[in-house]
Amino acid sequence: MILANLRGRADLQLGSGGPRIDCRGLTLLPGFVDLHCHLREPGLEHKETIRTGTAAAAAGGFTTVCCMPNTEPAIDTLATLRLVQDTARSQGAVRVLPIAAVTRGRAGSELTDMAELAGAGAVAFSDDGSPVADSRLMRLALEYAASFGRPVIDHCEDPRLTAGGAMHEGAVSERLGLPGWPTAGEEVMVARDIALAAQTGAHVHLAHLSTAPAVELVRAAKRRGIHVTAEVTPHHLTLTDAWVERGGYDTNCKVNPPLRTDADRAALLEGLIDGTIDAIATDHAPHARVEKECEFESAAFGISNLETAFGSLMGLVHTGQLPFEVLVDKLTRGPAAVLGLSLPEDDWTLVDPDAEWMVDVDRFRSRGRNSPLHGQRLTGRVLLTVCRGVVAFDGLSEAVAA
Amino acid sequence: MAEIAVAAWPAVSSPGAGLESAPSTPRQHCLDLDDYSRAEIEQVLETAAAMQEILARPIKRTPALRGKTVVNCFYEPSTRTRVSFEIAAKNLSADVVTFSSGGSSVEKGESLIDTARTLVALGADVLVMRHHLAGAPYVVARSAGAHVVNAGDGSHAHPTQALLDLYTLRHRLGDLSGKTIGIVGDVLHSRVARSNVHGLTRLGAQVVLCGPATLLPHCSTLPGVTLEHHLDRLLPHLDAVMPLRIQKERASAGLIPSLREYRREYGMTLERLERLPAGAVVLHPGPMNEGVEIDPEVARSARSAIEEQVTNGVAVRMAVLYLLAGGAQ
Repeated sequence: MILANLRGRADLQLGSGGPRIDCRGLTLLPGFVDLHCHLREPGLEHKETIRTGTAAAAAGGFTTVCCMPNTEPAIDTLATLRLVQDTARSQGAVRVLPIAAVTRGRAGSELTDMAELAGAGAVAFSDDGSPVADSRLMRLALEYAASFGRPVIDHCEDPRLTAGGAMHEGAVSERLGLPGWPTAGEEVMVARDIALAAQTGAHVHLAHLSTAPAVELVRAAKRRGIHVTAEVTPHHLTLTDAWVERGGYDTNCKVNPPLRTDADRAALLEGLIDGTIDAIATDHAPHARVEKECEFESAAFGISNLETAFGSLMGLVHTGQLPFEVLVDKLTRGPAAVLGLSLPEDDWTLVDPDAEWMVDVDRFRSRGRNSPLHGQRLTGRVLLTVCRGVVAFDGLSEAVAA
Repeated sequence: MAEIAVAAWPAVSSPGAGLESAPSTPRQHCLDLDDYSRAEIEQVLETAAAMQEILARPIKRTPALRGKTVVNCFYEPSTRTRVSFEIAAKNLSADVVTFSSGGSSVEKGESLIDTARTLVALGADVLVMRHHLAGAPYVVARSAGAHVVNAGDGSHAHPTQALLDLYTLRHRLGDLSGKTIGIVGDVLHSRVARSNVHGLTRLGAQVVLCGPATLLPHCSTLPGVTLEHHLDRLLPHLDAVMPLRIQKERASAGLIPSLREYRREYGMTLERLERLPAGAVVLHPGPMNEGVEIDPEVARSARSAIEEQVTNGVAVRMAVLYLLAGGAQ
């Protein structure tokens, strides 16, 4: 899926008569697709707006982002869906595909008017942040959504098992005296969702897998031919719960599902490479400073991820843990295929796989400065993002200046 | 005693943990004992002994912290620890301000860091901090620019309590090398247990954590620490036993079936006191639930060192404050 390795080519012209760009040593890729991000608008504009979130996406090489409906109000009616779409059209730097809520107000009791929402452009349904705890309702949601070809995306968490959980339950949480979020809290919900997908024949997509047992369940389900797809985040592929302790209760490492152990990380990577996991999704979750500069247990869950995703994942490529072709596939064709979409031809991303840079949250386009990678050196940088044939992000001059 | 598993918290979080020499750069904070070397713990205990001599004088005061301001920030209700720190700071001639505040910084809309920076801008040299959430003093220590003393953070750590327990045990038992100390009860939620595990193992003691499986750690390993579910089996092997306070809500949350059953299995009764070897000591970090984890007759017996713990706490806290903020720094 690598469009062109431009090593040796002198330059590239943007459109006819557009600027010519010196591209020697660079790689041209399709625009990245993010199945899972939080743009926070409407209602939570102190964290992020569609304007800032899509600018961050463009800076991260993403040309299509699917935004989650846990806004205020939730994206559970046609009016809110239209508001997001209209704002994205007028202010968005990249394509925004909204995901609508499964239940009204994401309250877990009544289904939204899914057919209407799907008809108006909702690409999937999810109560992300909360699972659909009621198994019967989840079954009905899967069946109903499948009738017009939309997946239900579930955030797999048994709310009773994980109540109060602030980080992965394990040696580190016990040392730090923090309430644990056990592995089984994800595993039981993944098992349930697979059972419901098998029962109904409908498509369930599992958000941000984080544990080795969940990967194994999905692998077995796919072998049985059940229509299940799954995604993993850059942070679950690159960081572990040790980062919470290393940073002295670093709230920027607080994320849901939590950072797990190195064995989980290895299993996720293996699942990504063998095709068990279909896509890398950022779960970009920007928050305001005050929501992170506080006690660990009070801090909001989430990482501002769009702008560091490619660079942090390239670390896996440079250390020989992940083939570059697989990385590109899981950022482009993989996520598009989950939604049954093909990649737009006029979206692309120019990267320098070998450029080193230092993460500085104060230079983020996102309003969310909550990144555990602040101050880290990454190798692999997005230089130019083109969406619908228009430059959405130009990092070339910046890179030259640096 | 049956060894059921090896358990609990290795000290890996801080560089220099476990080194046998005192650190070359002066210590800035007292957050937990995991980054205290044996030599540094000894230094605190020796300094506390010197403070105890001052406390025996008719005028119990030394000018060691004259001109320094100690602010006690209590985000969780506390009587004994708050008063103990206040008296300790006053005995060192520091200016002492105490405030109590409920809730988390998020509920109040002001970041914990901003509050701490404000206190430092007002002139605080030392922030003594009690908080109901684990790690809160670490957040402050990273950015406030004052010495921070952890006076108990959630289920995580209570280093001055552990130091006063070490001081009391050394006074009663002598050298702790090779001694076996049982910590009984809700270890999983106990900051006292966590800090004591670090301190006791650093001084060469064996620690046995005893309680129902729902209240013990499951995941971690540390040399010198074992788990045991049966208190009666354990008692004849102990040099000291420390029943922990059991929160009544542990029963309503289903972690134990009932307080009655808890007392039956783990309560320190007079009968159980008889099973301890001669010379063994009973500690309790307080406040006690008499008739649940400890019977009043046990708390008041000759083997109980519970009142000494409280008295020693002042000397130990004086030592901690003095070593951080006293002298020429």
